[in-house]
Amino acid sequence: MSSSMKPVNQKAWLLILPVIICVAFSAILPLMTVVNYSVQDIISPERTVYVGTEWFKQVMRDEELHSALLRQILFSLAVLLIEIPLGIALALSMPAQGWKASAVLVLVAISLLIPWNVVGTIWQIYGRTDIGLLGVALDKLGIEYSYTGSARDAWLTVLIMDVWHWTPLVALLCYAGLRAIPNAYYQAAQIDGASKLAIFRYIQLPKLRGVLMIAVLLRFMDSFMIYTEPFVLTGGGPGNATTFLSQYLTQKAVGQFDLGPAAAFSLIYFLIILLLCFILYNWMQQLGQQTRTEDIHE
Amino acid sequence: MARLDLDLAHSYKANPQSDEDYALLPLKMCFEDGGAYALLGPSGCGKTTLLNIISGLIRPSQGSVHFGGNEVTNKTPQARNIAQVFQFPVIYDTMTVADNLAFPLRNRGVAPAQIKQRVGQIAEMLELSAQLDSPASGLAADAKQKISLGRGLVRSDVSAVLFDEPLTVIDPHLKWKLRRTLKQIHRELKLTFIYVTHDQVEALTFAEQVVVMTRGRVVQVGSADALFERPKHTFVGHFIGSPGMNFLPVQCRDGNLQVSGVALTLPLSPSQEILNAGQVTLGIRPEYVTLVEKDAPGALPVTVSQVLDIGAYWLINSFLGNSVVRARLSGDTPVPQVGDTVWLKVISEHTCYYKNEELLI
Repeated sequence: MSSSMKPVNQKAWLLILPVIICVAFSAILPLMTVVNYSVQDIISPERTVYVGTEWFKQVMRDEELHSALLRQILFSLAVLLIEIPLGIALALSMPAQGWKASAVLVLVAISLLIPWNVVGTIWQIYGRTDIGLLGVALDKLGIEYSYTGSARDAWLTVLIMDVWHWTPLVALLCYAGLRAIPNAYYQAAQIDGASKLAIFRYIQLPKLRGVLMIAVLLRFMDSFMIYTEPFVLTGGGPGNATTFLSQYLTQKAVGQFDLGPAAAFSLIYFLIILLLCFILYNWMQQLGQQTRTEDIHE
Repeated sequence: MARLDLDLAHSYKANPQSDEDYALLPLKMCFEDGGAYALLGPSGCGKTTLLNIISGLIRPSQGSVHFGGNEVTNKTPQARNIAQVFQFPVIYDTMTVADNLAFPLRNRGVAPAQIKQRVGQIAEMLELSAQLDSPASGLAADAKQKISLGRGLVRSDVSAVLFDEPLTVIDPHLKWKLRRTLKQIHRELKLTFIYVTHDQVEALTFAEQVVVMTRGRVVQVGSADALFERPKHTFVGHFIGSPGMNFLPVQCRDGNLQVSGVALTLPLSPSQEILNAGQVTLGIRPEYVTLVEKDAPGALPVTVSQVLDIGAYWLINSFLGNSVVRARLSGDTPVPQVGDTVWLKVISEHTCYYKNEELLI
C-alpha cells in the first residue's frame, strides 16, 4: 500500500473544526487584539490612526529593550545551567522507595506549591538586612549585601530565588525518569563492573533524555517570562538591573500606557520565545543523535 | 574459573516460619568447573533466585557460597567476577554494538588490543560482525539479546556465565540456532555455564547436567537420560517428558502387587523391599507402556477415552478406575477405538516405584 493510493477526503476538515474553533477563541482571537493594537496609534478610543510597522521599528531600535533582552537571555541561561544539573543531582540522591521517599517527595515539592508573589515576598523579607535571616546572617558575617542597593546582589538574589523555587520541578521530573529505568539495567551494569559514573553516563543520562528535554523547555520558557517574583522583590531595580522582558513590557503597556509599542513588542517577545524553543528543541534532538554517531566513529 | 559450592537457603521474608516462606529450601550442591548446567522448573520454583544468589545480586538469608574454595557469600557481582545474561535484552543505547561488547572489558581495564581481539571473536561467534559499528539502539530484539549474550561471554576469566531464560524474546527458529551456538561456544571457551529455563527441551539439549527444581527445592540433578529413565521424584517424572510419566496407586501386600484392585502376576519381579512397602505409587513413561493380549502376564484392563494422532505415533488416553494411563504407541500398531477396553502392560524394567513422592531404591 502506498500513500499515493489514499483517497483525498476533504470531510476530514469537519472533524478538526471543533479544535480549530476552540483554539481560535482561546488563542488566536485574543492574539489578534494585540496584532490590532500593534499597527495602530490609539490616541483615544474614538481616534485611532493606522501606523503600519512604525511601532515595530521603534521597538526594535529601543536601547532599553536590547539591554533587557540581553539580561533576560543571561538570566535564562544561568537558570538552565544551574537548575538542570542541580535537579539531576537532587533526583539521584533522593531515596527510591519506602517512607523516606514519600517524605522527601513532599519536602521537595513544597516550594512548587507557593504562589509566585508569595515567593517574592518571602525572599524580600528573607534578604532584608534588618530582620531577614539571610540578610542578617550575611551582615553578621561581614559580607556587604543589599538587594535594593547593589545591582549584583539583586541579580543574584533573583537567580537564587528562582533556583530555590523551580529546581524541585526538574528534580521531580528526573526522579520520575529514574524510577522508570528497569532494575535489570542496574543489575547488568553491576555484572559488567560499571562504575557509578559509567552507570550515570551510559544508563541514567540516556534514559533521562526525554524528561530532561521537557524540563529544559519548561524551565526555559518559564524563566524567560519571569515577572512576579522580581516585580515583588526588586521592582526591576536597582536601576534596570533586574528589569526583565515582561517587566519592561508591563512598564510600557500599563505604566506608560503606550499600547501600540507594547503590543508590537508582545508579538516580538512571543516570536523570540517560539524561535528559541524551536532551536533548543532541535538542538537537544540532535544531541541525542550526535552522541550516537560520535560513538560510531570513536 | 572455579568450582561453585552452594550450601544455603533463602527467604525473602524476614522471619520464615514454614517451608512456604522459603524461596529456596536448604540445599547443598556444587557446579563443576567448565560444566554446562541447566536449572529447570516451573515459574516461581526458585531458579532465578538461585541464579541471583550465585551471581551475588541477592545475598542468601542463610548459608554460604564458595567459588573455588573461597567464600564469596558477601561479595558483590564485580568481586565474584561473574557474567549474567538476563531474560530481556539489556543494552547501552548510546553505544555501538562493539562498544557494548567491550564495556565489561573496559570497566576492568583490559588492554585495548586484547579488547579488540576478544570483541571480534565473540561477534564472530554470535554473527554480529557485520553490525559491530552500528548503534545498538536501532537493532531488533533478537540482535539486542545477542549483544546481551555477547557481553556475558566476552570476559574469558569469569567464574561462570549465568543465563536467565535468555531466549524468551527470540523467535522459535532462531532459538534453535542460538542454542546450538551457545553449546558450541561452551565447547570452545570452556566456561562454566548455568542456564535457567522452564523449557525442558531447552534444558535437556543444552546442558550436561540438569537441575530440576520445584517449590524451592532441588529434586534431582542428572543427565537428560537419568531424568527420563529414573526420575528420583514424581515431580521430575511429571515435568520431564511429553506427556509426563503415568502414576498409578499400587498396593504391595504379601509379596503381591495390586493396581486398582487388579492383582498383577509379575513377569519381572520388583525387589522384596518394594513388595513390602505397602501403599506406593507406580510410575511408567507413556513410551514404555505397551499394548498386550488380554491374558498376557501383567496385563491391566483400561478404557480408552481419547486417541490422538501425533504424527509419527498415537497417544492413547485411557482410564484404569480413576487413574489416567497414557500410552505412546508407534504408528503401525492397530489403533483402539474410544470406549474400547484394551490391555496394557505397565510393569517392565522401566517401571519406577515411589513412596512419598521419592523414588524407592
